[in-house]
Amino acid sequence: MSLSFLLLAVAALCALSFYFGRQRAVALSGGRHSNLHSLPAHYGAYTAAWCGIPALFLILIWYMFQGTVIETLIISDLPAEIVNDSGQLSLALNSISLIAAGNGEHLSVSPEIIDAGRRLGNLQTVANVALVVVILSAAVLGLAVSYRKIEAEMRARNNIERIARYVMIGCSAIAILSTVGIVFSLLFEAMHFFTKVSPLEFLFGLEWSPQTAIRDDQVASEGAFGAIPLFAGTLLITLIAMCVAVPIGLFSAIYMGEYASPKFRAVAKPALEILAGVPTVVYGFFAALTVAPFLRDNGAVLGLDVSSESALAAGLVMGVMIIPFVSSLSDDVMSQVPKSLRDGSYGLGATKSETIRNVIFPAALPGIVGAVLLAVSRAIGETMIVVMAAGLAANMTANPLQAVTTVTVQIVTLLVGDQEFDSAKTLSAFALGLVLFLVTLGLNVFALKVVQKYREKYD
Amino acid sequence: MAAVSQSAMTAEPSVEKPKMTARNLDLFYSDNQALFEVNLDIAEKQVTALIGPSGCGKSTFLRCMNRMNDTIDGVTIKGDVTLDGRDIYDKRIDVVQLRARIGMVFQKPNPFPKTIYDNVAYGPRIHGLVNSRDELDEIVMTSLERAGLLKEVKDRLQSPATGLSGGQQQRLCIARAVAVSPEVILMDEPCSALDPIATAKVEELIDELRSNYTIVIVTHSMQQAARVSQRTAFFHLGKLVEVGETDQIFTNPKDERTKGYITGRFG
Repeated sequence: MSLSFLLLAVAALCALSFYFGRQRAVALSGGRHSNLHSLPAHYGAYTAAWCGIPALFLILIWYMFQGTVIETLIISDLPAEIVNDSGQLSLALNSISLIAAGNGEHLSVSPEIIDAGRRLGNLQTVANVALVVVILSAAVLGLAVSYRKIEAEMRARNNIERIARYVMIGCSAIAILSTVGIVFSLLFEAMHFFTKVSPLEFLFGLEWSPQTAIRDDQVASEGAFGAIPLFAGTLLITLIAMCVAVPIGLFSAIYMGEYASPKFRAVAKPALEILAGVPTVVYGFFAALTVAPFLRDNGAVLGLDVSSESALAAGLVMGVMIIPFVSSLSDDVMSQVPKSLRDGSYGLGATKSETIRNVIFPAALPGIVGAVLLAVSRAIGETMIVVMAAGLAANMTANPLQAVTTVTVQIVTLLVGDQEFDSAKTLSAFALGLVLFLVTLGLNVFALKVVQKYREKYD
Repeated sequence: MAAVSQSAMTAEPSVEKPKMTARNLDLFYSDNQALFEVNLDIAEKQVTALIGPSGCGKSTFLRCMNRMNDTIDGVTIKGDVTLDGRDIYDKRIDVVQLRARIGMVFQKPNPFPKTIYDNVAYGPRIHGLVNSRDELDEIVMTSLERAGLLKEVKDRLQSPATGLSGGQQQRLCIARAVAVSPEVILMDEPCSALDPIATAKVEELIDELRSNYTIVIVTHSMQQAARVSQRTAFFHLGKLVEVGETDQIFTNPKDERTKGYITGRFG
């Protein structure tokens, strides 16, 4: 029986136990629900939970340990000379599992290995059957025990509450643990990279050219892993994007929040937020196919030498992408400035713009700074637009008309295509990713702190 | 129509040279009428108290007097309000200048999140009342002095106003209003967020300010109205029921409703 059938069976048992539990509660109540502590459905859910959750938990545990346990059993029967040599051992284990799967006919291996293969096959069959038996009996046991525990005074409702809490704790633990897992995998691969290239060279080197020889006899450069040009490119594009997004986003937020009539706001605000829903790849080809050629052609008219993949094009489009982000966040913080402050200012005879400039904006400033920082971290991590419009050349330049490259672009190019997975070239992607992660994490934490501090002031 | 004739009967514009007047003032929040044919005179350099149960329209009326209701959507106003005989709802009136002439102090102290100095200097700065830093300093000092706050804050003019106590904040708001040299100061329950000691200070201040300014104060406390005002107007359900000398209103009210309210039978 495969896993999906097992899960289906457990689900069916759960449904069944819900029905049984409910029936029993109804029978105990003697037709009047007020005789019960909880509603009949609570008793049903209680039995279903005791039937399903331990079974699912057991399945999880089983799969975590089945592989290791069986492997230990197999290894314990192998001759010592194989076990003591890790290279031979992994080769042997490979052949054993091939034989167990029935694909080992062409292998020329010793009889012990063939024996072990057969044994592995048997063990796996036994394990599968055992799993089904154990799980189903656990489910039935849970059903039976909880069914017998149902009494009129039993607090099924409170029990359900507790079970629900554990389920939710489990879900949040999964979310948090997977983030932690991702961070650690980044960290380990990056450490691996730093054994090949020194962190100092990586963080402060001025030249980026990650081409290394794949084979020893290949003619290729040594490879240079100075990431400064990438950071510089990222910063340049982020700066351009912010120059677009901050004023436009801020002013549109002020207009929407303070000046626009409710009718206009009801139409314009969602329209602005649609910008946030456009897939970034669409922005990407808009940047590459419309904005970049436009800039190049008009630059030529003005006598400027604009390359066809320029920081300017990518930055402008990225800025447009971030406008709704800045505007909706700063709209939020500005609308939180209490009405009493506005009244105070109007009551002194200030005009609308004086009130905004002298009272609302300064009061909202910390929150706006937080919003801008969040937008910056968004811009730094943005990938698609820069992949399509910024280019690959790792130029160290402050000229927005030239092509630059960013951290995200390099990560994409380093990992796309056939690559050797332990070369400095591929590993450098992880180091870049780690730096990117740390920078955006730092910015986010800082920005959220700022926003939070500001919120506390008026609540 | 009985209500209309009643309010017309009781609202006697008995002030000789009123600073401000309201005539046949109706106010609507969208479709709800909040004020009905209010006729009231505000005497110059006196304190006029507006009293009445919650929701009776006294704050709404106060906000009509410097057009603060303009900032609320869906408010329509009929009738006239005048300042020195000029209609303040006239199209040619500049609201900004009007509010500089008629200052306002709010229910909750609302100092701007700036320094104490900048709070008081806010009005003079936006209206360009001063030409030099020295003049501004002088206005700030006199205003704080008039609001009875100077002694307490003169050593920390550059610290944030939000750090002051509630009573100090409210007196700062009064200083802020005084700094623009208004002719009328409107106060919307200025003591409702303050403790008794701070309230006593603010009341004392109101009494002193009377020699220079015309003051209209909305209050829930009848004792406060009796203590600080010379004239009292009683509002009920959006109508002005009775207005007269404070002594007369509290000792010898003409209207049954006024009597009921001040003796605590309703409200």
